[in-house]
Amino acid sequence: MSENTMTADANSTQDGQLEFLVKGDHHPQNGTLLGFWIYLMSDCLIFACLFATYGVLGRSYAGGPTGMELFDLSLIAINTSLLLVSSITYGFAMLQMQANKVKGTMFWLAVTGLLGLGFLSLELYEFHHLIHVGAGPQTSGFWTAFFALVGTHGLHVFFGIVWLVTLLFQLKKHGLIPENKRRVFCLSMFWHFLDVVWVGVFTYVYLMGVLP
Amino acid sequence: MFENLDLTKLIFGRLTWDAIPFHDPIILGTFAVVALGGIALLAALTRYKLWGYLWNEWFTTIDHKKIGIMYIILGLVMLLRGFADAIMMRLHQAMAFGDATGYLPPHHYDQIFTAHGVIMIFFVAMPLVTGIMNYLIPLQIGTRDVAFPFLNNFSFWMTTGGAVLMMVSLFIGEFAKTGWLAYPPLSGILQSPGVGVDYYIWALQIAGVGTLLSGVNLLVTIVKMRAPGMSLMKMPVFTWTSLCTNILIVAAFPVLTAVLAMLSMDRYLDTAFFTNDLGGNAMMYVNLIWIWGHPEVYILILPVFGIFSEIVATYSRKPLFGYTSMVYATVVITVLSYLVWLHHFFTMGSGASVNSFFGITTMIISIPTGAKIFNWLFTMFRGRIKFDVPMLWTMGFMVTFVIGGMTGVLLAVPPVDFVLHNSLFLIAHFHNVIIGGVLFGLFAGITYWFPKATGYKLDEFWGKMSFWFWLIGFYFAFMPLYVLGLMGVTRRVSHFEDQSLQIWFQIAAFGAVLIAVGIAAFIIQLVVSFMRRESLKDETGDPWDGRTLEWSTSSPPPPYNFAFTPRVHELDAWWQMKQHGFQRPESGFIPIHMPKGTWAGIVLSGISVVIGFALIWHMWLLAGVSFVALIGTAIYHTFNYDRDYYIPAEEVERIEAERTRVLANV
Repeated sequence: MSENTMTADANSTQDGQLEFLVKGDHHPQNGTLLGFWIYLMSDCLIFACLFATYGVLGRSYAGGPTGMELFDLSLIAINTSLLLVSSITYGFAMLQMQANKVKGTMFWLAVTGLLGLGFLSLELYEFHHLIHVGAGPQTSGFWTAFFALVGTHGLHVFFGIVWLVTLLFQLKKHGLIPENKRRVFCLSMFWHFLDVVWVGVFTYVYLMGVLP
Repeated sequence: MFENLDLTKLIFGRLTWDAIPFHDPIILGTFAVVALGGIALLAALTRYKLWGYLWNEWFTTIDHKKIGIMYIILGLVMLLRGFADAIMMRLHQAMAFGDATGYLPPHHYDQIFTAHGVIMIFFVAMPLVTGIMNYLIPLQIGTRDVAFPFLNNFSFWMTTGGAVLMMVSLFIGEFAKTGWLAYPPLSGILQSPGVGVDYYIWALQIAGVGTLLSGVNLLVTIVKMRAPGMSLMKMPVFTWTSLCTNILIVAAFPVLTAVLAMLSMDRYLDTAFFTNDLGGNAMMYVNLIWIWGHPEVYILILPVFGIFSEIVATYSRKPLFGYTSMVYATVVITVLSYLVWLHHFFTMGSGASVNSFFGITTMIISIPTGAKIFNWLFTMFRGRIKFDVPMLWTMGFMVTFVIGGMTGVLLAVPPVDFVLHNSLFLIAHFHNVIIGGVLFGLFAGITYWFPKATGYKLDEFWGKMSFWFWLIGFYFAFMPLYVLGLMGVTRRVSHFEDQSLQIWFQIAAFGAVLIAVGIAAFIIQLVVSFMRRESLKDETGDPWDGRTLEWSTSSPPPPYNFAFTPRVHELDAWWQMKQHGFQRPESGFIPIHMPKGTWAGIVLSGISVVIGFALIWHMWLLAGVSFVALIGTAIYHTFNYDRDYYIPAEEVERIEAERTRVLANV
């Protein structure tokens, strides 16, 4: 008698006595997705701190260059589109997974990873450029907060890609077994979460940063 | 390009022989004792061939009960270190007046008060609280393990890893001289160029990973794995307070991680978060760290409130008075704990309106807390109270904690705080609530659940000795500090000119000695109880006539906790089962699905400690290599899909038949 087949009066036996045990196998619900989601929320708080820090230091230029002078919005536009499109392609991977197509899942995951790599490359180029023109993390409180926030996001994307590559190997090895499906699902949450954070970064750092 | 490459520097960073404190007899003596004790321990383990047993049965275990016990052992061991620091400070302050300089040089004294605070909060109170939660939550909610058993093992080892770095700092290099929260700019690279603050940062970061993951784990366990029928309002109070605690952990520790990461960037990469120049803002650190820090004190006290609630109900032989109000009070405290952080620095200068907001929220917290005190009192009212040791701790707590709470409300008044800020009055206040609350509760909990974990009770006499010495010692040690604080003596001072103050410090030192006797009595209690374990044996599994599900299983519980998952109908599920004449099933057992042990937790934590050590000493090569190793090991571990097994029905049958035999003899 498993929990699913329990009827409403499973609480008591025939003669009205209370039933105090689950007679039979009992498996509690799997908590991985909830647990991972809670982890993401705690991660979100790290970003919240970095955003708050940026909010406090966001105008502390210490006589150095400002965001308005150096942010290149067209580069950021390309970067943003890469990341947003990668979320869509991850969605395609999920659809393929639901259709139980391992090849399709892996293909779209790979596309997602490449788009993420593109995003990272552009970000590294941007950082390199900024440091080159004299706006490094040591320049002022403003640039410290900028590099910390954007860099932490980038670091997350990097580890997302490492995870994604690992997962590709695991899919190749074991196919779409329940464990792997759960992992693909978790990475999906992670990836979309990074997207949402990026929307915040894009708006709060770049768009508002170029305002006078 | 390799001309400038200094190989020694690349490998050893800034670690030289100067880092070993040969010139300091106190540390060297301690080192000798620790080293000899350690060697003796290792030799004994080898002699009695216990390594395999330890590795297989304990280090790699994913059994929440064993992990809980290991947390508690860690906490108790670190308590000895933390207390050694405390009594050194007390003795030093009692001597260092006028021409007498005491026996601790200032740079050593500064490390001691920092280490004392860090150890007592992070490596004593946290492991003990987490350990008790770990042990009890699955038993109280009628399940077989936590939601993520491997993560549980990993969390424990990360906490231990932090403690190891903490201990290493005693013998190699130095610890922070900044106070337990390491405020910049003092903790910045200009004012603290040594390794002390780096030890602080990496010990806390590594332990913090463990705490956060354990918070996620226990939270999901409570939400997802309760026995059928146990709705939220039928959960035992301890589980409720643990639920709120773990919510606080998940919602507070990331802030600590973030702010320490920023501090380390300031120190390692010359960034300008908290610097005095380049637009940095040191007060941002203070704000952020207290946004973590204030919830942290509730992380410690809430589970302990739960422990007291269980104990009061059991020893008064009544259901807890006002269960619902207890739950709501806990939830209100959980929420409010996020709205008071600024009361730690009213003197920052944020203005009258901000200060009054935080003063008022702080005072409001005393309302739900007061409600809890009344609930406990009304539970005792007309109960048939048994004055066992856990109940003594509980009553000692109720008196002491109320005093501490009242001085807290005093400090919540901003103008008063301007006078008492940073004074010994504050020190007396928070020791009053942390010792009188958290520590008393942990001792009460350990005594109460000890028979469940080991199968035998703790010796009464030595338990009472420990209690009375702690209680009286506490009052002797901290009441003088209130007086001194009111007279304007500030904290963290290692030498005084005004001889008239000395008598108060001497009384406080006497109190610390009494507490030392209390700790000794506790250790004697453990030893005596172990020696007398046959006569103290608990064969029923329910020595106190308990009310919650953990008492329905044997002492110690079998690996699978419950042969059949319990079905819950009301609060105090086990009490109801006993009232209904519940009969244990003696046949019909089925195989039980369990997780497998794994090496990954201890290995990953070991590598993390190496990374931390390498970063502290700027050994960049080692740091890089071990970081790659960490990621590689973690990835390798994810390729292991073989993580569970079944305990065969015959094995369950054998264990349960043994219990039937034991119960028949009771």
